[in-house]
Amino acid sequence: MAETILELQGIRTYFPLFEGFIRKRQTGSVKAVDGVDLTLHKGEVLGLVGESGCGKSTLARTILQLIPPTAGSIRLGGRDLANCSPRELVAARRDLQMIFQDPYASLNPRLTVFDALAEPLRVHRICAPAAIPERVAELMRTVGLAPRFMQKYPHEFSGGQRQRIAIARALAMEPKVIVADEPVSALDVSIQAQILNLLSELCRRMNLSLIFIAHDLSVVKHISDRVAVMYLGKIVELGPALDVIERPRHPYTRALVSAIPSPHPAQEKLRQRIMLPGDPPSPINPPSGCPFHTRCPYVQERCKTTVPSLVPAGPDRVAACIRLDEI
Amino acid sequence: MPLLSVTDLRTHFHTRSGVYRAVDGVSFSLERGETLGIVGESGSGKSVTCYSLMGLIPQPPGRIESGTAFFDGVDLLHCTPKQARAIRGKRIAMIFQDPMTSLNPYLRISTQLIEPLLIHEKITRAAAKKRALEMLESVGLHDVGRRFHQYPHEFSGGMRQRVMIAMALITRPELLIADEPTTALDVTVQAQILELIKARQQELGMAVIFITHDLAVASGLCDRVQVMYAGRIVETAATQTLFEQPRHPYTRGLQRSIPALQPKGAELYTIPGLPPDVSKPIPGCAFAPRCEYAVDRCRATRPPLLEVAPGHAHACLRAQAGEI
Repeated sequence: MAETILELQGIRTYFPLFEGFIRKRQTGSVKAVDGVDLTLHKGEVLGLVGESGCGKSTLARTILQLIPPTAGSIRLGGRDLANCSPRELVAARRDLQMIFQDPYASLNPRLTVFDALAEPLRVHRICAPAAIPERVAELMRTVGLAPRFMQKYPHEFSGGQRQRIAIARALAMEPKVIVADEPVSALDVSIQAQILNLLSELCRRMNLSLIFIAHDLSVVKHISDRVAVMYLGKIVELGPALDVIERPRHPYTRALVSAIPSPHPAQEKLRQRIMLPGDPPSPINPPSGCPFHTRCPYVQERCKTTVPSLVPAGPDRVAACIRLDEI
Repeated sequence: MPLLSVTDLRTHFHTRSGVYRAVDGVSFSLERGETLGIVGESGSGKSVTCYSLMGLIPQPPGRIESGTAFFDGVDLLHCTPKQARAIRGKRIAMIFQDPMTSLNPYLRISTQLIEPLLIHEKITRAAAKKRALEMLESVGLHDVGRRFHQYPHEFSGGMRQRVMIAMALITRPELLIADEPTTALDVTVQAQILELIKARQQELGMAVIFITHDLAVASGLCDRVQVMYAGRIVETAATQTLFEQPRHPYTRGLQRSIPALQPKGAELYTIPGLPPDVSKPIPGCAFAPRCEYAVDRCRATRPPLLEVAPGHAHACLRAQAGEI
């Protein structure tokens, strides 16, 4: 097994809810991430899937310490990010970079591509000031942009090109881990494929580890080595990507996989769709027992009281369902 | 006679930086009860086509330069405002991509639901309310009595889209235009909404124009699919035919770039380059600069949309000549 680069243990991220105007008091909390254990190996692409509100973006932000976790530890190369000094955190951020969903919003419209890419090089003193232009040009070539566009502003680029700039900015730090939060969701199909190719090529070539967050399972299946499925702040299934998506074990993963429309009309007719009733429950007041029991087609009385833990569900696979062997 | 027949529609936007030919000569027709998918990437003119039919193009900067759109004998592009009002919202209804921005946040959904009925039909408030409650139930809302008086923000995304659908269907339209109704929703909720549209369509026998960028969504729902690129239709065929025998290189490219259809691990197929800038006139085929089969005559002559088999038409000179 490859070396572990990032290790999450018991991560919980809660957002407090307040009531009252004069006398504020905490009345509850949104349990966005509720106990996640995860390891990421060197050079591995881990896909993180789930519906909106399942906590996948909060988890990403927690990993980067953009939101401090309520509990748990995040170890990056032996250093605990949640409990280290601000100075150590700055150093750790070099190894940990993020790419956001919306390339329109994540680039400063008043900075040229050169400024956007040179800033991290300057702040972290990655190369000598004189070497910055050459390094920026090199970064742009790495992501497939011509260095002659260096002095252009973000609005002069298309969505796909902007996402390339965002990737170049993440690479500027020579990170060990990149967290990409829905990097292709805002892009058109033909552009999506270009960005996916770029990301997987970069991972291979630079031996990067990537956490790839998406709600589109077919994209995740293509790019990831392993995939983790989240529901209501918890991981419900984890395993090799192809295996999990082609032979899902957890009832939620099954429903999720069956909901993907097939682009092939003949297969589409044969597709057995598991319709989930209703919407995901609120993370403010999650259901007792298994979080999925309110929508699960296999629910039994004991699911409502027992909190399932992740149990082995095949080679390198785990799933959180107490009826795993019965269904 | 088809329910809707659009001929040579051209909608251009006149801006300071030039004339954007958003829709550039689009012709198609739709039978009663048929589901037509319009597939294309952003900027391909699929939404502007439908907005033109509904009279939703802001003028200026937009201008409908030419074309006719006959809906049951009335030209939607050249009729009197009174005629348009009698059709729009009653016989043709529309649902939009983002249910939060298309519902009025200040009004209870009850008010918004019965509004089209009060405008278009001679009906009492009580009867309208009864119809609205039935409609909400039929789109799968629970506890309608209480929900009826709530505001849009009290609903989840999927529920809001259900309310939108109820609002569109309440006048029993003959044509429903759905502009990416599931793009903003999660995949499990998307499946629910698609099923809902399918079921209501069968029940009411209405025709549907379904705009999407996702070929997979179109394949499950539509009888016929037309692919648009840079304001033009490049290929149209029955869904099955389009997927099994796509002829236009753009359709092929689009289909090949879907990750689900490609083996894992291999590099994804991509269409090189970017969509063209529609603010400059494109004399030949709009796809020629990105097309691996393009030859000189593709860049010089605009390919006509020719029927190559019954119901299957495409606009590729070389495929029409049997060269590719």
